[in-house]
Amino acid sequence: MDREISLVVDGASHAVTVDSRTTLLDTLRERLGNTSPKKGCDHGQCGSCTVLLDGRRHLTCLALAIAYDGSEVVTAAGLGADEPHLVQRAFLEHDGYQCGYCTPGQVCSAVGMLAEAKQGHPSHVTEDLDAAVELDDAELRERMSGNLCRCGAYPGILAAVRRAARG
Amino acid sequence: MRALDHRRPATAQEAVDLVARHPGATFLAGGSNLVDHLKLGVASPDVLVDVRRLPLDGIERVEGEDGAVLRIGANVRNSDLAAHPVVRSRFPVVARALLAGASGQIRNQATTAGNLLQRTRCVYFQDVTTPCNKREPGTGCSALEGYGRYNAILGASPDCVATHPSDLAVGLAVLDATVVVLGLEGERRIPFDELHRLPGDRPGADTTLARSDLVTAVELPLDPDVHRSTYTKVRDRASYAFALVSVAASVRMEEGRTTDVRLAWGGVAHKPWRARRAEAALAGQQITEDAVRAAVDLELETTTTNRDTAYKVAMLRNTTVMTLLDLAEEASR
Ligand SMILES: Cc1cc2nc3c(=O)[nH]c(=O)nc-3n(C[C@H](O)[C@H](O)[C@H](O)COP(=O)(O)OP(=O)(O)OC[C@H]3O[C@@H](n4cnc5c(N)ncnc54)[C@H](O)[C@@H]3O)c2cc1C
Ligand code: FES
Ligand code: FES
Repeated sequence: MDREISLVVDGASHAVTVDSRTTLLDTLRERLGNTSPKKGCDHGQCGSCTVLLDGRRHLTCLALAIAYDGSEVVTAAGLGADEPHLVQRAFLEHDGYQCGYCTPGQVCSAVGMLAEAKQGHPSHVTEDLDAAVELDDAELRERMSGNLCRCGAYPGILAAVRRAARG
Repeated sequence: MRALDHRRPATAQEAVDLVARHPGATFLAGGSNLVDHLKLGVASPDVLVDVRRLPLDGIERVEGEDGAVLRIGANVRNSDLAAHPVVRSRFPVVARALLAGASGQIRNQATTAGNLLQRTRCVYFQDVTTPCNKREPGTGCSALEGYGRYNAILGASPDCVATHPSDLAVGLAVLDATVVVLGLEGERRIPFDELHRLPGDRPGADTTLARSDLVTAVELPLDPDVHRSTYTKVRDRASYAFALVSVAASVRMEEGRTTDVRLAWGGVAHKPWRARRAEAALAGQQITEDAVRAAVDLELETTTTNRDTAYKVAMLRNTTVMTLLDLAEEASR
């Protein structure tokens, strides 16, 4: 079944006709030519397809595009449209990558994660669930654990996210 | 993937009627489990009844017939539920269970009902090239002789040894939660313990729900007495992995003895395993290492293990001891 849906991607409005089985990831990459989100596993296990969907970090490989008709998507490309975003500058500064394949997902995830922390969301390693969030390394590692890096660039990624968390 | 129609009903009742009318229809919420199954061929509906935008997304205190409850809408995201102030202070076992599951991204997508109704992660269930009684009744169970590290050790049947993967479900099991369901005959309430079922000779059914039953909310009793509760999960890596075993516990103590103790285990059965024999053994007792060990061993009398799952017994015993000792210490502070 085909249906026309509308999406705002990195600030631009699009009307696009998609088959009901098309994922948001394939819609972005194959239909709208935005190859910033990457297809790693296509099963929700690696985080490389992460974008900000209606303001929150979200996978796009387990999302059907038709279910998100009218939504707003920001990809890593959009975050750096004018000049690199704070998180992107931190990745550059601290070599938060090797091949770079996981990087757009890491960047979007870090942006979403920092917003969650600002709203006081606890994590698995937060000892006192009622206390204010303090982003130490254990917290950052846990909160970024949904983004795998096949190159193992984790020390650089952690350093970058630590830098970004300082603001 | 089969051709798919996508419907967005305006009301919960319309959603129920749509699924009832179409034999190949199924509810879609966050999609983090169902869309994976569409890709794998594990599920092949021809109509998706998308309930994600139905206004079932509130968390509110409601005065019920048996006292106040915290009513959690079926569409509340796992991340929002874990971050809710009342959940964090009154039901830490819920927050801890959710935060121990999946990833930040997935918790933003996953809904309360979807989480409880997610299907087993048994590798054979997810691989359509292998026999699986849960996926295709009568074909046999590949996990009996195959990869068995995640298999059940309690309440399994010769037809199915799958475990239920939800962490949230194990947490809710100790809270005596109620599931609110809208069906063709109107609304009804199911005790949480009766939502999921053991496999028996019908492993295809994970729950006692009918196909067109829509979960609309989960209610947690707001007992005026404070219960200490928490959730401990043991996994193959520190984060972003399903449970090998997990323990949800809730206790109330007076003068060093339990006045209320509840225990549920994850990763061991086809449903969250409420350890009622162990609870009975600990009722009115002091929480000591010996007492907990004895209680756990009593519960585990009916366990069946093999080479692949034998490790779960010691892991469960030790995790339960650690969890209950910590809670008892917290309760006596
Ligand atoms: C990589 C990965 C790791 C994960 N790790 C964990 C983990 O560690 N712990 C854990 O607990 N979970 C884990 N999950 C599973 C995740 O929690 C579930 O996929 C999620 O909770 C499902 O919610 P959803 O809203 O996306 O459901 P959907 O995928 O939309 O639906 C799931 C099922 O529920 C049915 N359904 C949905 N809503 C309703 C309703 N209101 N009434 C009746 N039926 C309904 C659907 O028909 C479908 O059968 C993981 C998932 C992935 C992909
Ligand atoms: S491609 Fe989406 S999580 Fe791996
Ligand atoms: S930099 Fe290569 S996968 Fe992360």
